[in-house]
Amino acid sequence: MSLSKARSINIAILALGGQGGGVLVDWIVGMAEHEGWTAQSTSVAGVAQRTGATIYYVELVSPQDRPRPDAQPVLALMAVPGDVDVLIAAELMEAGRAVQRGLVTPDRTTLIASSHRIFSVMEKTTPGNGLAESEPVMQLLRDSARQLVLDDMQDLAVKNGSVISSSLFGALAGSGALPFAQSAFEAVVERSGVGVKGSLAALRAAADLARQPVAQPKALGTVTGTGMDTAARALPETAAAPAVQPLLDRIRADFPAPAWNMLGEGLARVLDYQDVAYGREYLDRVAAFTRFGDATTVAEAAHWIAVAMSYDDVIRVADLKTRPERWDRVRREVAAGADEVVGTEEFFHPRLAEVLGLLPLGLARWVLASPGLSGWLAPRLDKGRRIRAFSLRGHLQLRVVAGLRRWRRGNLRHAEEMAHIQQWLDVALAIAPHDLALATEVLRCRRLVKGYSDTHARGSSRFDRLMRAAQSLRGREGAAAALASLREAALRDAEGKALEQRWSALQLPAAI
Amino acid sequence: MAERSFAAEVRQLEVPAGTEFHGEGILAVTKALLECGVGYVTGYQGSPISHLMDVLADAQPILEKLGVYFEPAASEAAAASALSASVNYPVRGAVTWKSTVGTNVASDALANLASGGVTGGSLIIVGEDYGEGSSIMQERTHAFAMKSQMWLLDPRPHLPSIVKAVHDGFALSEASNTPVMLQLRIRSCHLHGSFITQENLRPKFTLNEALEAPVRDVNRIVLPPASFLHEKEKIENRWPAAVKFIQEHQLNEFIDGDIEHLGIITLGGLTNNVQRALQLLELGDLWGETRVPMYVLNVAYPLVEEEVLRFCQGKKAVLVVEEGQPDYHEQHLNTILRRNGVDTAIHGKDLLPMAGDYTVTALRAGIRSFVEKHHPAAFAKPVPLGMPTLPVATPRSAPQPAPVIPASGNDIQLPARPPGLCVGCPERPIFSSLALAMQAHGQHHISSDIGCHLFSSQAPFNMGATTMGYGLGASSASAFNAGKLFGSSKRAIAMMGDGGFWHNGLATGIGNAVFNKHDNVFLIIDNNYSAATGGQDILSSRADNEHRSTRHPIENAVRGVGVEWVRFVPRTYDVNAMRAALSEAMTTEYDGPKVVIAQSECMLNRQRREKPKVAAAIKGGERVVKERFGVDAAVCSGDHACMRVSGCPSLTLAPSGDALKPDPVAQVDESCVACGHCGEVADAAVLCPSFYKVERVHNASGGDRWLNSLRRQLLGWWHRRTHAARAERALFPLEALS
Repeated sequence: MSLSKARSINIAILALGGQGGGVLVDWIVGMAEHEGWTAQSTSVAGVAQRTGATIYYVELVSPQDRPRPDAQPVLALMAVPGDVDVLIAAELMEAGRAVQRGLVTPDRTTLIASSHRIFSVMEKTTPGNGLAESEPVMQLLRDSARQLVLDDMQDLAVKNGSVISSSLFGALAGSGALPFAQSAFEAVVERSGVGVKGSLAALRAAADLARQPVAQPKALGTVTGTGMDTAARALPETAAAPAVQPLLDRIRADFPAPAWNMLGEGLARVLDYQDVAYGREYLDRVAAFTRFGDATTVAEAAHWIAVAMSYDDVIRVADLKTRPERWDRVRREVAAGADEVVGTEEFFHPRLAEVLGLLPLGLARWVLASPGLSGWLAPRLDKGRRIRAFSLRGHLQLRVVAGLRRWRRGNLRHAEEMAHIQQWLDVALAIAPHDLALATEVLRCRRLVKGYSDTHARGSSRFDRLMRAAQSLRGREGAAAALASLREAALRDAEGKALEQRWSALQLPAAI
Repeated sequence: MAERSFAAEVRQLEVPAGTEFHGEGILAVTKALLECGVGYVTGYQGSPISHLMDVLADAQPILEKLGVYFEPAASEAAAASALSASVNYPVRGAVTWKSTVGTNVASDALANLASGGVTGGSLIIVGEDYGEGSSIMQERTHAFAMKSQMWLLDPRPHLPSIVKAVHDGFALSEASNTPVMLQLRIRSCHLHGSFITQENLRPKFTLNEALEAPVRDVNRIVLPPASFLHEKEKIENRWPAAVKFIQEHQLNEFIDGDIEHLGIITLGGLTNNVQRALQLLELGDLWGETRVPMYVLNVAYPLVEEEVLRFCQGKKAVLVVEEGQPDYHEQHLNTILRRNGVDTAIHGKDLLPMAGDYTVTALRAGIRSFVEKHHPAAFAKPVPLGMPTLPVATPRSAPQPAPVIPASGNDIQLPARPPGLCVGCPERPIFSSLALAMQAHGQHHISSDIGCHLFSSQAPFNMGATTMGYGLGASSASAFNAGKLFGSSKRAIAMMGDGGFWHNGLATGIGNAVFNKHDNVFLIIDNNYSAATGGQDILSSRADNEHRSTRHPIENAVRGVGVEWVRFVPRTYDVNAMRAALSEAMTTEYDGPKVVIAQSECMLNRQRREKPKVAAAIKGGERVVKERFGVDAAVCSGDHACMRVSGCPSLTLAPSGDALKPDPVAQVDESCVACGHCGEVADAAVLCPSFYKVERVHNASGGDRWLNSLRRQLLGWWHRRTHAARAERALFPLEALS
């Protein structure tokens, strides 16, 4: 018997809740039906309708293909690996998922994907950097599609005052994967009658982009890894403030060039944090590591000593919250004009420990010495405070706290931090002559110490554990790599499961 | 107010006969009900037929014009019971729900209905939530049809076929005095297509006529001896009548093919994918032509013995295509053929997967092996003498099977994306509070329920041990009341949503707990709607609904059944209050059920209502304060503790912009609705001070402007001072001030 060779055009769309995948489908169906084609669409959302991924599926049949006028096509309800003409993915990892499901094939599929990321909960909850790398997935897309349109469609849409469904629809128009003129695409958007202006702008921009040879993701153009690293600025020729110039000259004179940029960042941080004298102390501490003749070690010292010396305290937070640059940034965030009325409310929750930390050493020790007093104080201090930083009163409150910077060197917290820093650097300096790589990892471990209250406590205890681990790893083959792996493990989860596993894998004494 | 409005779509329900109707499957079903002169419709929402209920609700005026009664039932059991109106009176009724879960709930009423039989056509439209996208246990409705002797229609996923099935369903029900189930799979419900309409009909017999002239027949009541009579009727009258009707009206389809000694017996709902598989194997085409003859069961139950024999007669082998397990059809077909001494080989689950979706890929593999087994020549190049040869690779023109993805591609670990709570969801702070309370009082056993709150079982909350059914959260903690008797230091916690509470939780959960003096903690999450099913109104909804009576507080209900210890938290975003209520319930000396009611409106519905209002107000020049949250990158430590206790989708990550800070920092994206949870929880959990709330005043008043300029002058002066001070110790030039 004779079978018709006619085929439907099969389109699969992967979108996340709220990305307007349904609108995109309605446009495609509306356009096809308007052009006299038979269109069938369906979708599978299930519980994914909230924040998970939804897959939509559309089949289009040309009126010319009909063997008889009354012939009705029999259309399938799901995308079939190897039988998909167009795949549209509204997020990079979803595009990768589509490829792994076999829905993108080199002989057949035009892949239209947005290179932007919407991070999954798993990625976001990692204490360190738990983000998936984009580049390998983008390479997978390049390897798998017959034709690829890959760019930040989200950014493109927003720039044109629209949403991602419009830019994806435009990319579909420009890709030429469907036998409809761009005018047909624009017509259906106009008929829909909502947000037409922005939608059309995004549609046209994306269509032009799709016509360029293999569009490269601009937003992620120079991405390495997860695109979350910030490079150190180049060391300036002259210091912005004359008082700082001698320190700048000292960097150039006494430190290896490869470490200069990081030293510049570090110096800028500690100067901003305290004062010029503090900057001198900083350079002294880093200088102790120059004698081992390794620039990497010096750069790491420059990095982490600066972080350690600019520990997060209430003074620092109050200062950062009352800066004029912040005032401007907040206005930009809500796109408010210079004369528009904008205010903020800050969420503070300082506890006894933080407040005591601000007191002069003697006084703080005296309060701590009397459990009765601290017991009386604790509940009175331990409550959330809302401060309106943009109001005169709130600003005054915060500036008073920020002003304590002058006396910071005399307070309890500072004494504790400096002692902690000294212990840490002593460990590193003791190890350095024998195992410089291990000493460098010891410096890097400072990454664990960050944040406030519980977060700070958790980080510090893990840091102290790693310091003890460093001691017992001394002299071991591959000690540096071992410590590095412990640090990575410590950053993987809040509960410390990964660290425990690594710890026992390295057969470190359970006691420490 | 439902999540999606069909106000525009329902206008299509009144188009004149002969119009080409374009729309979703559920809209087509509604139109078909009106064309059939249905007298009353009820049901309970749930994916994939939630929209059917929403369409009916939005179509209320049209229904009333036609004399059709509609109500959203309290549960599937309530809906099924309503069909009793068609037992004694020739009035057509239809009900709908999510299956199999809804059918489980309804099965008591259905069994009684099916036993006594019906006079008026009774149609049960079930959304078969099976396979990809399903949110429930993987079972088939088919078993209910068999055990209660109800007929099951499974039309092709094609609007004209679905519409025809509604018409056939009522007629079949009346011809055989049996309720008829019409099964729509997930994809059929969301199917967009077209069909040609018929005239809407008013009910031939109305419920008013029934009320004015009531009739009864004791033999329709399920009591001995009638109940024994009913079983006989089923076998001796109703079944044969159904078979006769199915044959006379050719509800099932026979499709010829040239490979006559083989055949495929498929359920109507799977036909399209079977034919696509045939097309990909070059054994069929886009227009439904097939080389392998097909017998399409638009009636999944009962099987028509004569038709089966007619199709199998003279065939070497047939392949049965039925999704899921057990293999009801395969077994039944074997019985029919063996009894009649027909030796046609029956294949099914031996060549097709025993469990799971029958995707086109799975069907292609199964059909290929079936045909290769019995007719390898089908895949052979034509050669002289037509000698059978080994199958060769499918020709170029055919789509190639998916090539192996580069190894690099397969081993990339893509982040999983479990469903979670929406931006600003009022349930998020409840779980943050519970997590914080358990930090203080230890991990507890938690019985979960059905609803949005079940997403608490996913990251970042990871709480909840079981879910036994809609509204059964409270009762599924019953056994743990043993702790009270045998002296456990902890109480079990049971969760339940307002939807589940009214669905049956009040009686089976709270009433049961009072009666049995439970010591457990009962957390009732009241978001003003049956939210997970699409935001339909329920008894405790706060919205005014012209057709329903709302605003019946859950607190009154639980006190009404005898609960004494109730804590009501009217704003779930108040994490401290929420945590306090939960902690108290976990630790109080009070011996008896402890009910905590956490009430805040579903943010999806709230935004849908408020957003346009706010936009209009701003446009209209009114003073409006718009809020959103932000994070100070310089203050954020990059530890992401806020994500772990909140997990709000609007909380995302960004580069720190600081070479000294390698870990990404938190950032609030533009989807933020300023629910305030991130700030509240940062405060309650003593996280970090990086969160802030921004208030932008639109159409500011004179007072606002005066105060603002005063602030700007004074603070501006101060700013310049501090800025200059910092400039004196700066290595890099500071950002210039605006």
